[in-house]
Amino acid sequence: MSCLATIQAYGLRSIGIGERLLPKSDFTLCEQIVLIGSGMIWNVYFGVLALALGFWLAIAVAVGKNSNNPLVRIPASWFIFLFRGSPLFIQFFLAYQLFVLMPKVGLSFDLGFIEIAAETRWFTRAWLGALIVLFLNTAAYTGEIFHGALRAVPVGDVEAAAAYGMNSWQTFWRVVWPTMLRLAWPSYTNEAIFLFHATTLVFFTGFPAWRQSGDALYYASYFADKTFNPFIAYPIVAGYFILLTLGIIGLWGVIERYLNRHLPREQRRRTRIRLPLMR
Amino acid sequence: MFGRCEDPSSLDGAVWLLCYLTTPTHQSFYLAFGTVLLLLAITAPLSLLFGFGGALASRSTIAPLRWFGRGYIAMVRGVPEIVFFMFGPIALDQAFEYLRHRAICPDWSEPVRRGNDFVVCTAAKLPLNADPQWMHEIYGFALAILSFAIVYGAFCGNTIRGAFDAVPKAQIETARAFGMNQRQLFWRILLPQMWIFALPGLSNIWMILTKATPLLFLLGVEDIVYWARELGSAKTRAYSFPHPNWQLWYFLALLAFYLGLTRVSEIVLVRLNRRLSHGQATLAGASRTAACR
Repeated sequence: MSCLATIQAYGLRSIGIGERLLPKSDFTLCEQIVLIGSGMIWNVYFGVLALALGFWLAIAVAVGKNSNNPLVRIPASWFIFLFRGSPLFIQFFLAYQLFVLMPKVGLSFDLGFIEIAAETRWFTRAWLGALIVLFLNTAAYTGEIFHGALRAVPVGDVEAAAAYGMNSWQTFWRVVWPTMLRLAWPSYTNEAIFLFHATTLVFFTGFPAWRQSGDALYYASYFADKTFNPFIAYPIVAGYFILLTLGIIGLWGVIERYLNRHLPREQRRRTRIRLPLMR
Repeated sequence: MFGRCEDPSSLDGAVWLLCYLTTPTHQSFYLAFGTVLLLLAITAPLSLLFGFGGALASRSTIAPLRWFGRGYIAMVRGVPEIVFFMFGPIALDQAFEYLRHRAICPDWSEPVRRGNDFVVCTAAKLPLNADPQWMHEIYGFALAILSFAIVYGAFCGNTIRGAFDAVPKAQIETARAFGMNQRQLFWRILLPQMWIFALPGLSNIWMILTKATPLLFLLGVEDIVYWARELGSAKTRAYSFPHPNWQLWYFLALLAFYLGLTRVSEIVLVRLNRRLSHGQATLAGASRTAACR
């Protein structure tokens, strides 16, 4: 099979399009690169959606943890402690068991123009169940970062906003929030990188890979198990992830420049890739 | 232990639970918590050692050593650590067997890698086929420890390298002015002051390391995750303690264990930080000294 034919057969295999059966023997380098690359679709899917949704919950959690009202502060602090204090690996297992025990019912939402049928068994599938875990997990980590940044917002800025007669809603969205993001951004870049790395755990925990549609590491371990040779498949995954990491650094760097566009050049702090936020 | 436990079907309530929780398999489960702590106790100092070596190598004046050190430290940045954990044990195992193979059977003519097989001569197998089961388990555990130490050593190397750079320049200049040579400068000035700058990073790595321990399960070690899945799955009438799927409860116990471990670590690390800050040229150290006066 030529490499082009391999791409056609396996390029979208991880989302169930293309050849039904995985290659069984005599693996070519092309097959390994294409199939593992196809698995990256899932890593990107989990990473992008969890970050996009988690960002907003993180702001709520950060504000909650900073609140004076104990009814808000204590749940927010516990949420952060629960998800930052335990391994993501255990969270996946626990969530899967929880979802399995949920009563199997079908729900349908009538949105007027369209009717959406939802089933609770979707929760036991990786695309929804694992996404929920990753979403809550990144919200907790990001919430802690934002909380730290929130406490570092200069008090003079808030006083100035009060002097202008802004109410608390306006003060938050116009003054506190932009500064908080600016301060938190270098750490948030790291969080994004390590969240993408964490997506590789999904198919190694409770969540089964439905019809062998897994992520990059799932296919890599498939090849490594079959050939008993770890020196080809795993470096391919590593290569894909280095590219992904560079992409994230680039994208987050663009956003950081946008957030800091009003500052004189020498005051802009350069993002360093620091080591992780624990997962 | 409990004579009454011999006929579980006749028991109920708290006695049944007590008997259930003290079965031999449950005792293996409790011992597995010890395995996790043992892994932490061995891996943490070993990673620190690897990290220290990596950081020193990356600051070396010998170019190949410096490249090696930098490469090692940079390795964990872009790649998920679980990839290293999947890769590490097989790769190390094959490397060890290959080296022994070259040493023990030099006149073996066939290639080692044949299609989908990795074949070394029988005498070079690790552990030997004739070895008892516990040798195989120890060997697997040792490979896991080595993989953990290599990966988290790279994490530590990153932090320690940064800490060396963070020692105030004035301290180094003063040492030079006193006429210290490179060796004295390192042992008397850099090394004692580096730790306080490394501590926040190292604390963080300790937290990551504790939370990476469930990955032992993926390396084939019979750890707490293995036992939680094993014991929690539904047991039919064929077992002496039949029960439905209880994995949720077992994983809740693991969650509580890890939350407790995190909390205890946090408290210890805060204390350690306070102690190490004492008398250092940092804000925390200065305020502490001022308070003592």
